[in-house]
Amino acid sequence: MSERLIEVNHLKKYFKVNKGLLHAVDDLSFYIDRGETLGLVGESGCGKSTTGRTLIRLIEANEGEILFNGEDIRKLDKQKLKDFRQNMQMVFQDPYSSLNPRLNIFDLISEPLMNIPEYAHDKKKVYDRVTELMDTVGISRRLINSYPHELDGGRRQRVGIARALAVNPEFLVLDEPVSSLDVCIQAQVINLLKRLQQEFKLTYLFISHDLSVVKHISNRIAVMYLGKIVELSNRNDIFRDPLHPYTQALLSAIPIPKADSAERHRIILKGDVPSPVNPPAGCRFAGRCPYATEKCFQEEPALREVEPGRFVACHKVEK
Amino acid sequence: MEEKKLLEIKDLSVTYKVEDGIVYAVNDLNLVVHNKETLGFVGETGAGKTTTAMAIMRLIPSPPGEITKGQIIFDGEDLLQKSQRQMRSILGQDISMIFQDPMTSLNPAMTVGDQIVEMLLLHKSVNKKQAWEEACQMLELVGIKRERAKDYPHQFSGGMKQRVVIAIALACSPKLIIADEPTTALDVTIQAQVMDLMRDLKHKLGTSMILITHDLGIVAEICDKVAIMYAGGVVEYASKEKLYNEPAHPYTKGLFNSIPKLDVDEEWLEEIDGLPPEPTEVIPGCAFSPRCSKCMEICKQKKPGITYLDDDHYVRCFLYEKQAEGGAAE
Repeated sequence: MSERLIEVNHLKKYFKVNKGLLHAVDDLSFYIDRGETLGLVGESGCGKSTTGRTLIRLIEANEGEILFNGEDIRKLDKQKLKDFRQNMQMVFQDPYSSLNPRLNIFDLISEPLMNIPEYAHDKKKVYDRVTELMDTVGISRRLINSYPHELDGGRRQRVGIARALAVNPEFLVLDEPVSSLDVCIQAQVINLLKRLQQEFKLTYLFISHDLSVVKHISNRIAVMYLGKIVELSNRNDIFRDPLHPYTQALLSAIPIPKADSAERHRIILKGDVPSPVNPPAGCRFAGRCPYATEKCFQEEPALREVEPGRFVACHKVEK
Repeated sequence: MEEKKLLEIKDLSVTYKVEDGIVYAVNDLNLVVHNKETLGFVGETGAGKTTTAMAIMRLIPSPPGEITKGQIIFDGEDLLQKSQRQMRSILGQDISMIFQDPMTSLNPAMTVGDQIVEMLLLHKSVNKKQAWEEACQMLELVGIKRERAKDYPHQFSGGMKQRVVIAIALACSPKLIIADEPTTALDVTIQAQVMDLMRDLKHKLGTSMILITHDLGIVAEICDKVAIMYAGGVVEYASKEKLYNEPAHPYTKGLFNSIPKLDVDEEWLEEIDGLPPEPTEVIPGCAFSPRCSKCMEICKQKKPGITYLDDDHYVRCFLYEKQAEGGAAE
């Protein structure tokens, strides 16, 4: 039986802005099993990155529980949290701005090791670990003294991954790790991430707006819209038979690289994503939903389990 | 029916002088765009897609850039022989451009209506009132209510801004539109809206278009012909159907294989080994040869010429040149 590594209950993160409260993450509940990848997809501003960051306490949540191996990490004090961070690391989207331009590769990869007592005073050990990590992520050792500006995007992202792996974490939050890379390089990095996951039994939260990438790498997928999860199930169900109207529209909007793709049926949504500041009552998608009824504008649908392992938040979906 | 050639690029080469040498941004590029046709221009970062577009519009900053060779024949005339003044009247009127980032390509201090009017007053003999009326019609054409003509760009969302940019580009009914990654900055559902609009307008107005993108999915949606670029040159050119169904060049094949597919479950993505060459590097043979799995001795020594596999399908690769030659010799 699979083991829960992460369990999130009723997570909320609101930001105060001039006009009121921005509901970035609004009452999310989900879990991630050990060794699996949960894909988190949605459009810009839907709260996917905020979710990732709150999960490892880079930003503090307003409400909710984050259980890591059964322990609520929101209750940890500063010192304990620092130790705990070894278990969870993050890889950022933009390898151009997430690496300090004044550090060379050795410094960049060894930096996280300095928080660990066994490495702090042992230069040889640090050097060995850094070169080992460089081999693991596929950066040639001769680049050890290079600076980020000398590397291309793919290699920079490999440095970002090596940094995250340095402290042997169990859980990685990958925030759009391949979005700024060209397709060929993207394929190399995706394969690397999958290989690392098998090798080190890693658990991933993979955040992306690109559904085809998410489908390729994830076991289960959560679709977010305006701070809410609207649908969550295993990847084959989502792609074969999406239940939520938003998921359906999102899937049909992906341009497919095939000669006859212009002929397929597409759902074109009207309008833009509304502002997450003081969102209206009712279903947040109602304003753009082709099936919206009176009820949708008044009553907010809860995320229900309609089949074992399949969750959807929509009044329309019976069962 | 023989389509009329609207734009023909012959042997175009563009270089930039930089500190540590010369960047060969575009090398011996050949292309044709026919009337009413949409050409997809696909390649990775640094393949020279945008430089080619800039060369067509004569907007290569010089120095450091220089068009060292070639002809760009637009509507029967060589654009490279035109003076700056002549170019200014062509740009906007006959050729217009849609840029990638709608957030930065609009003037934040002018209402969107005025930005369209500006274009019309410059190129057409209309008075202000007529221009304003036309501007409002243009906005309606791209799906924006005319009341919003008096709004400023910051009052629009990303997708709406890109619609305004499209309205400006279309204002003078150009013959050719060059769209540089027009939907890359947009979310998928908004991207679908904008692509839908562009496809609609293409049918309605019959404008030719060059669509620069790195996304083969978008090309499939909207283009008639596709040119695949690698390291400053077109390695394969074909109709959309041929390119997607029978890709010939090893790079094109590799490109398709490295995209995660929605309809197939696969454990690993196929990778193309290595990285694109540095643009300052001079490669004696085929630019793709160091990464090519089918690389032969000749590929490292000579540049492959154009081999026609079909009337509208050419490839620059020795694999096919050999076949063609061999066939002729026997």
